[in-house]
Amino acid sequence: MTTMIGNVALDTDAEGFLQKPEQWTPEIGEEIAREVGVGPLGERHWTVIHFMRDRFLTTGQAPSIRTLGKESGVPVKELYQLFPKGPAKLAAKIGGIPKPHGCI
Amino acid sequence: MKNIVILGGGTAGTIMANRLRRLFARELATSGMHITVVDQDERHLYQPGLLFLPFGLYEPDQLVKPRRRQLHEDVELVQAAIEHVDVERREVYLTDRRSLPYDVLIVATGTRIVPEETEGLTGPGWGERMFEFYTLPGATRLRDALARFTGGRLVIDIVEMPIKCPVAPLEFAFLADWYFTKRGIRDRVDITYVTPLDGAFTKAITSRALTHLLDEKHIRMETEFSAGRVDGTAGTLYSWDEREIPFDLLVTIPLHMGADYISRSPGLGDDMGFVRTNPKTLQSLAAPDVFAIGDATNVPASKAGSVAHFEAEVLADNVHRFIEGRPLGEGFDGHANCFIETGFDKALLIDFNYDVEPLHGSFPIPWIGPMRLLEETRLNHLGKLAFRWVYWNVLLPGHDIPGVGPRMSMRGKRPEAGPPSITTPTRSPRAEPAGSAP
Repeated sequence: MTTMIGNVALDTDAEGFLQKPEQWTPEIGEEIAREVGVGPLGERHWTVIHFMRDRFLTTGQAPSIRTLGKESGVPVKELYQLFPKGPAKLAAKIGGIPKPHGCI
Repeated sequence: MKNIVILGGGTAGTIMANRLRRLFARELATSGMHITVVDQDERHLYQPGLLFLPFGLYEPDQLVKPRRRQLHEDVELVQAAIEHVDVERREVYLTDRRSLPYDVLIVATGTRIVPEETEGLTGPGWGERMFEFYTLPGATRLRDALARFTGGRLVIDIVEMPIKCPVAPLEFAFLADWYFTKRGIRDRVDITYVTPLDGAFTKAITSRALTHLLDEKHIRMETEFSAGRVDGTAGTLYSWDEREIPFDLLVTIPLHMGADYISRSPGLGDDMGFVRTNPKTLQSLAAPDVFAIGDATNVPASKAGSVAHFEAEVLADNVHRFIEGRPLGEGFDGHANCFIETGFDKALLIDFNYDVEPLHGSFPIPWIGPMRLLEETRLNHLGKLAFRWVYWNVLLPGHDIPGVGPRMSMRGKRPEAGPPSITTPTRSPRAEPAGSAP
């Protein structure tokens, strides 16, 4: 389906996760963050968002919360402060990658 | 000669070995093929029974049989632990320094619980006031603890998804309500169900039905709670965002990961040790001659025995196609079928796949049943109990279950119908348990 985010029409799933990561720009990220009530986005948010995107684009899979905590440079506790309730899900959404399918 | 090596002799591995044995009976007889199953221990555990064991409904020895006896005699069983897999050299290395070359490898080593990954969980209080029921020793210890429990706060917590049998923790809560009612002390036990999800279940219609049941049974629910650490001395569970839940008895469903050798096998798994697998063909993304089935995969289906059973039919066909050099079939649709025990001799039944959430209707014969989907009935409960016989005698030998195919059927399902009883959740007055203490 297509969703208007900001002034741009983007391919998303029903929950608003981008289906084509290449359509993403940092401005779109800012816009999604506003919609989900995260931010304003600071340097630590961007560290996580970029780690998330890079890992997805190189491996085809979003990292789990545990991997984020161990490898992104941002500890899990801080992840929950930056992205309340669901860091992996929210960072994926803001970072313009498909919903991580850990949660079935 | 072709070597098929299956790692793991649990539900998925055993079904697969027996199906392939039947499919390639002629090749096995003429030594054109060899099927090997590798497993580190000799006992096959009926895992669905672990839910009932803590409530004294099964004895531990009723749930275990020799692994060797579940495999056809033409299948070789190697009892050993796995060091790693080299997908380039097409070889499995065992910890006893043996190695097994393969033409086709099937990974079926399931998932394991890793309580050490949660801070404090295996510290003071572990095995005293904090328990799990996903292993035979764990479920047995919990049975003894429940028998000693005379009242207080019982907390059931899922640390993180995915977990094996995603409805088992809910069933545990329902059965605990029944168990303490039967003992006459339900009014002294406070039951809280804690989940990282935003509801009782991942799919909307089922979530509504289950929330209604929790409410009816006076079981509290705490959602979007990601357990960060536990203090077993104080009896407090903390979320990463600093919420606190006090407990007298904690039943945890610890973090799940794939078998540990997977992380030592380059390319095979994701960062949780689940095999990166094509969700429709069940071929691994690591190499074309490697396949995966059951809880070991990272496909977005439930980690449940029924899924392994449905996958086995598709995978046996794909192994056949692969060996003959034909293109693989994309036949797996994520089909799962689960009984949800709700206590007081009743159960729900749900049937769903990757795309279709559990719906109301009848099963397995459309519009007739006799089972009702998403409704609490005594017959569903009897179905769940009868399943133990079906497991050992139909499922593991790799037979089909009449009327239940690998692909989910929409026939007999009602896509739009929402049950009127759950649209307006009302608190029903709680039935006073017979013999309850004042």
